[in-house]
Amino acid sequence: MGIKKLQKKQFERRHLMEAFMKTIMRLALLIVAGALGLILWTIIARGLPSLTWDMVSQVPKGGYYMGKEGGILNAIIGSIYLATGGTLLAMLLSLPIALYLKAYLGDSKWGEYVRLSLDVLWGIPSIVYGAFGFALMLMLGMRASLLAGIIVLALVELPIMTRAMDEVIRRMPADLEHAALALGSTKFEVALHVVTRQMLPGITTAILLAFGRGIGDAASVLFTAGYTDRITTSLMRPTASLPLAVFFQLGSPYPQVRERGYAAALILTIIVLLVSFGSRWLSARLARYTIK
Amino acid sequence: MDTHIQVKNLNAYYGKQQALKNINIEIPRKQVTVIMGPSGCGKTTLLKTLNRFFELNENAKLTGEVLVDGENIYGKDVDVTEVRKCVGLLAQRPSPLPMSIYDNIVYGMHIHKMKNDRREYKAAVRHYLEIAGLWEEVQKRLHDPATSLSIGQQQRLCLARGLAVEPEIILGDEPTSALDPISSQNIESRLLELKQQYTTVIVTHTLRQAKRLADYVIYMYMGEVIEAGPAKEVFGNPQHERTKQYLEGLF
Repeated sequence: MGIKKLQKKQFERRHLMEAFMKTIMRLALLIVAGALGLILWTIIARGLPSLTWDMVSQVPKGGYYMGKEGGILNAIIGSIYLATGGTLLAMLLSLPIALYLKAYLGDSKWGEYVRLSLDVLWGIPSIVYGAFGFALMLMLGMRASLLAGIIVLALVELPIMTRAMDEVIRRMPADLEHAALALGSTKFEVALHVVTRQMLPGITTAILLAFGRGIGDAASVLFTAGYTDRITTSLMRPTASLPLAVFFQLGSPYPQVRERGYAAALILTIIVLLVSFGSRWLSARLARYTIK
Repeated sequence: MDTHIQVKNLNAYYGKQQALKNINIEIPRKQVTVIMGPSGCGKTTLLKTLNRFFELNENAKLTGEVLVDGENIYGKDVDVTEVRKCVGLLAQRPSPLPMSIYDNIVYGMHIHKMKNDRREYKAAVRHYLEIAGLWEEVQKRLHDPATSLSIGQQQRLCLARGLAVEPEIILGDEPTSALDPISSQNIESRLLELKQQYTTVIVTHTLRQAKRLADYVIYMYMGEVIEAGPAKEVFGNPQHERTKQYLEGLF
C-alpha cells in the first residue's frame, strides 16, 4: 500500500459534483452581494455629493423643489416619528398576541389559524394597507395626519413583528418553562418573567426588524400621513417621510433635486443600517443571561 | 408508618395508552423513597403525578387521587401553583432560569412574596446556597449568569432554588443522570442530609444509587407497582419474582 492510495482522484464523479455545486453556491452569493454593493454604490455615488449639512438640518425653503436652498429635516423627523410610533403601537399588540399564542394556543388548531392570518396579513402589499387606512379616514372624516400614518404603519408592522416574536418564543426550551412551573409559577408568570427574559434578544431583533420595514415603507403613508414641508408638531397634522421624500424628488425634472433624492435615500439607508447594527449590539448584550 | 403522600386507585393515560395501572402506594414522611424499574415502566410518570406535572403532557388523562396529608391535590378547589410550591422538583437535567445565580434563587420566593425586603432575600439566597453546598463556590459571582456554572453546580443551584420556596416534598427525576460521578455524589449526599426535613421521592434507573439512597422502595414494571416496602425488606428479601430478577440484573 503506497501513499497513492489516499490521493484524491480529482476527476471522479463525486468530486466533480461537489466542485460544481460549490461553484453554483458561490455564484449565487456573489450575485446577491454584488447587487447589494451596486445599490450602495449607486446611492453613495449619486447621493453623497448632495448630502450637505443643510440637507439634514433644514426644512425645504421656498424654491427647494426647483433646486434652491433647504433640506429634508421635515422628512427625517417625520419618518422617525412615524416609524417609532408605528413600532411602539405594533409592539403593544404583538407582544400580547405572541405570548398568548405561546402560553394558551400553542400548536392547537386555533394557534395555526392565528398564524395563518398573520402570514396572510404579512403578504398583503402595504399600498393596500394605505388604501384601507385612507378609506377608513374618509369614513371618519379624518385628514391625513401623523396619527393616521402611525396607525397604518403599525398595521403593516404588526404581522412581521408578531410572527418574528412567535418564532423566537416557539424556540423556547420546554425545560425552562417546566423549571418555572415547578416552583409554582402561574402560566402568566412564566410568560412574563421567564419566556420574556429568555426571548428578549430575539424580541428586540423582531421589533427592530419591524422598525426597519416601517421606516422604509412609502406606500402605506402616501395617503394616510400626507406630506408637508414643515416639521410636524401635532399628531393630527400631516407629516413628511423619507421614502416619500425620495419618491417625490426622484420624479423631479430638475437634476439637482433628483440628486437630493439620492441623498435622501442615503440618509434612509444610514438610519436603517444604524438600527440593524444597534439591534445586533443590543441583542448580544441582552443575551448575557439567556439559556443557549 | 407515618404516611405523607398516599396514592389511591391512580390510572394515567397518554391518549389511549395507559401508563399507570391502578396505583396504590403510601410514601413515608421525611424519608427517601426510591422508585425504580426498567425504562418505560412508568416511574417518571408516577413522579409527575405527584406535583401535577403529568397534566402538562398533551392528551394526558388521569383518574384516582393523590393525597398529601390527606388532601387530594387533584381536588376541585386546589390551586395547582400551591401544589407545586409544596412539592419541589429536581429535574433530570438542570435547567437554570435565564437570570443571574442570585435571581435564580430569588425568583420563586419573589413570585410567592415570601420575603419583605432585599436584606431578607439576600440572607435567604445565602442560606439556601449553603444548604446546597454551593455558597463557597459562587459567593463572589452571584450576579454572573447561571449558565456560567458547570452542569453539576447548576443542578445544586436548582436544588437551592427549589428549597427556597419552602416545599415539604422534594421530587427527583433521575437528578444525577446528566452529572459526572463527583457531582452525582455531591447531590446524593445533599439529598441524604435533607431527608431529615423533607419527604424525598427519587426516580432512578441505577440500582446502586437506589441502594445508597433508599429508605423505602417502590418497584414498578409495565405501569404497575409490583412491590413496595422498606428498603431493607425489598432489597434483602424481595417477595416477587420480577423484583428478584430486576435486583439480580436479569433485565
